[in-house]
Amino acid sequence: MTLDKLKAGSSAIVTKIGNANAERRRLLDLGILPGTLIENVMASPLGDPIAYRVRNATVALRREQARLIEVEEINTTE
Amino acid sequence: MADSADILETAAQFRRQIGDELHDKLTATIYANAEKIAERSVSYAGAGGAFAFDRKLDRILTSRVWGFPLMVLMLAGVLWLTIAGANVPSAMLASLLQDTVYNLLHATAAALNAPWWLSGFLIDGVYLATAWVVSVMLPPMAIFFPLFTLLEDFGYLPRVAFNLDRLFKRAGAHGKQALTMMMGYGCNAAGVVSTRVIDSPRERLIAIITNNFSICNGRFPTMILIGTIFIGATAPPWLASFIAASSVVAVAILGVIFTLLVSGFLSKTVLKGEASNFSLELPPYRPPQIWQTLYRSIIERTLIVLRRAVIMAAPAGAVVWLIGNIYIGNESVAAHLVGFLNPFGVLIGLNGVILLAYIVAIPANEIVVPTILMLTLNLAKSSLAQAGVMIELEDAAQTQQVLTELGGWTLLTGINLMLFSLLHNPCSTTILTIWNETRSLKWTSIATLLPVALGVGVCFLTATAARLFGLI
Amino acid sequence: MLKQGENKVETACGGCAAAGCGSREPHRRAGGEAQKWDYTIALAGNPNTGKSTIFNALTGLRQHVGNWAGKTVARAEGYFGFNDKKYRVVDLPGTYSLLSTSLDEEIARDYLLFGEPDVTTVVIDATRVERNLHLVLQILEITDRVVVALNLMDEARRNSIRINERNLEKDLGIPVVPMAARRGEGVRELLTAIEKTALNPPAVEPRRFEYLDAALEKAVETLTAQLCETFGNLPNARWVAMRLLEGDESIIAAVRDKTLGTKAENTGLQFPQLAEVK
Repeated sequence: MTLDKLKAGSSAIVTKIGNANAERRRLLDLGILPGTLIENVMASPLGDPIAYRVRNATVALRREQARLIEVEEINTTE
Repeated sequence: MADSADILETAAQFRRQIGDELHDKLTATIYANAEKIAERSVSYAGAGGAFAFDRKLDRILTSRVWGFPLMVLMLAGVLWLTIAGANVPSAMLASLLQDTVYNLLHATAAALNAPWWLSGFLIDGVYLATAWVVSVMLPPMAIFFPLFTLLEDFGYLPRVAFNLDRLFKRAGAHGKQALTMMMGYGCNAAGVVSTRVIDSPRERLIAIITNNFSICNGRFPTMILIGTIFIGATAPPWLASFIAASSVVAVAILGVIFTLLVSGFLSKTVLKGEASNFSLELPPYRPPQIWQTLYRSIIERTLIVLRRAVIMAAPAGAVVWLIGNIYIGNESVAAHLVGFLNPFGVLIGLNGVILLAYIVAIPANEIVVPTILMLTLNLAKSSLAQAGVMIELEDAAQTQQVLTELGGWTLLTGINLMLFSLLHNPCSTTILTIWNETRSLKWTSIATLLPVALGVGVCFLTATAARLFGLI
Repeated sequence: MLKQGENKVETACGGCAAAGCGSREPHRRAGGEAQKWDYTIALAGNPNTGKSTIFNALTGLRQHVGNWAGKTVARAEGYFGFNDKKYRVVDLPGTYSLLSTSLDEEIARDYLLFGEPDVTTVVIDATRVERNLHLVLQILEITDRVVVALNLMDEARRNSIRINERNLEKDLGIPVVPMAARRGEGVRELLTAIEKTALNPPAVEPRRFEYLDAALEKAVETLTAQLCETFGNLPNARWVAMRLLEGDESIIAAVRDKTLGTKAENTGLQFPQLAEVK
């Protein structure tokens, strides 16, 4: 699924980042690459953007950006 | 010898062989290395504590329910602290500079047998304007900017941008415009400079042009005075100052609305284009270094205000004095100008005195009110007036009396003045800063004239509406 | 009137932490005898690492703020003296990486590549080491005259994070100076490390990261040779070759327009051109 569908409080592993363009490079720079652990921390009161925790830092992404990132959710109820 | 086209061709060939993934691979390798190194050097003794606190605080500050109210509260709080905190120092500075030193200067002039026009011009005009700006501007700025910097150091400001981003996105503006807009509440020139954080020229211009809709410190006195006299006065006494304060906050929020509307307008017409990359990092909350920040900030601000007072306010004061004291025929130049401007002024629910005061006060918003008072009294040839001297009356009640009885002001005039104060052209310092930052005559003109046009338009609408509904 | 020389406003806005300047520094700060410095220090780092605090701590009020040539990004420059040598500090825009297409990144990268500072100080946040190391490693691909300022150690302590600087130094091959700049901690040690690196450029090769297969290596060598031919004395030609292979837009444009290496050193403070918008 894409990152924008990840619910608040859930974590996932990034599997793929689509679109080869500047947007993508920016995401890579922030440390979001395939294999990275990412967690949905909270949403803005207006619903967008959403704050994600990546490599010990908190970054806000707009929905359009989150849609570019494919992730596999980690089930914490193992 | 390969020339650059050859090089690019060779590179393109190699890229076709290698494929698109090189960048990804390299980045992944660098991160993998970073991870390994970090693992060997960094250890987390306890994951709870401060980090958990950060999260909790963030959840509250950006929550659906509390996020916005807390932001409004924060803005109101900063405004209130600035205004309330500045009261006593302003009064002290005023009494020092406008009474003690002022009288001293006049005494010295008299002792030197200086001609009346020279002492008038220099002391009543140039010096008084500078003194006024310093006493009115210095205390609030010395409070607002340190507060703002502390909030910044603490890490709260990115959360504000986080909360407001969706609105700015809809308006086609950059997420960081929320921050530059807030900076403008201190000083619009500073707000314009702060737009440097926005990379894209298009979005930066939008931020610059709309920064004027943040009510800067210089316009607070006008807002508060009018809010108190005209709006607060309509309420029962025990509610008066609350209503007055609310009217100021209401106008501030109106400023935010205009910022968004005009940004939206610009991004759909003359400044169309792509939304640029946006990534906002929410840094951990950090306890600010309060004393160091205060120290540095206060010194910086003091120097800036003093400098501006001398460069901008002094000439303005000279002009005020001159138009009040140079006579053409029976009337002063001021009277002539007011008469000329009055019909237009009344049309938009203001009057000639206000318009003239705004023209004279282009250098510095702060002198609008004293100039209005001077002109009103001057023209009414009231005994309270010293010819051509900017003055401040003792209290709000007296000021109200002067304005309504001598000046013919109504509630409409008061409301429209607040609206016009929000929507008029930037002060000359800001105009110059915009010029410096853009080096474009075209955009500087637009940034200067757009707000005025809006102000005239809005005031015209309210005036017409008031008349249509027979409220006047 | 706020002219470009007014660094005061600049430090209070735009996201820099304008914490105080520690007046306890033992070193002399050189006055503005422009163009007379012995060494140039580039100051790089992620945003929000306290880079400005370190800049202020090093240079005090001896700063000028203007813009990078032809750009709208603010450039701050300052001076200080230490042990009888004069240093100029150039504050680069805060960036997450040198490989992206944003203006900030271009400027930082161009300066590091072609401005050839004597020492590059990279400021990293002790609470987010892993992420910050990304930039350090990228910079190490360009130059080995690097000193890492491990800032915000007080924050790390507050969050119960412990850092072993010895290990970091060993792995990176360059000096790592723990600091808490806003408390004035570590400034002297940073100056010492900078001085050492400036006076004795590293003899030991810092760790390089070899990740090229044979085909790639050949491609890089070919392009590097061509670049050196065409652009003469191009420092870091190999790095440029790598970027060309990656398809980096701005580097490609720079090669095409032959502006590679010419726009790096800003010889004066200039004003931006936003007029190009329309």
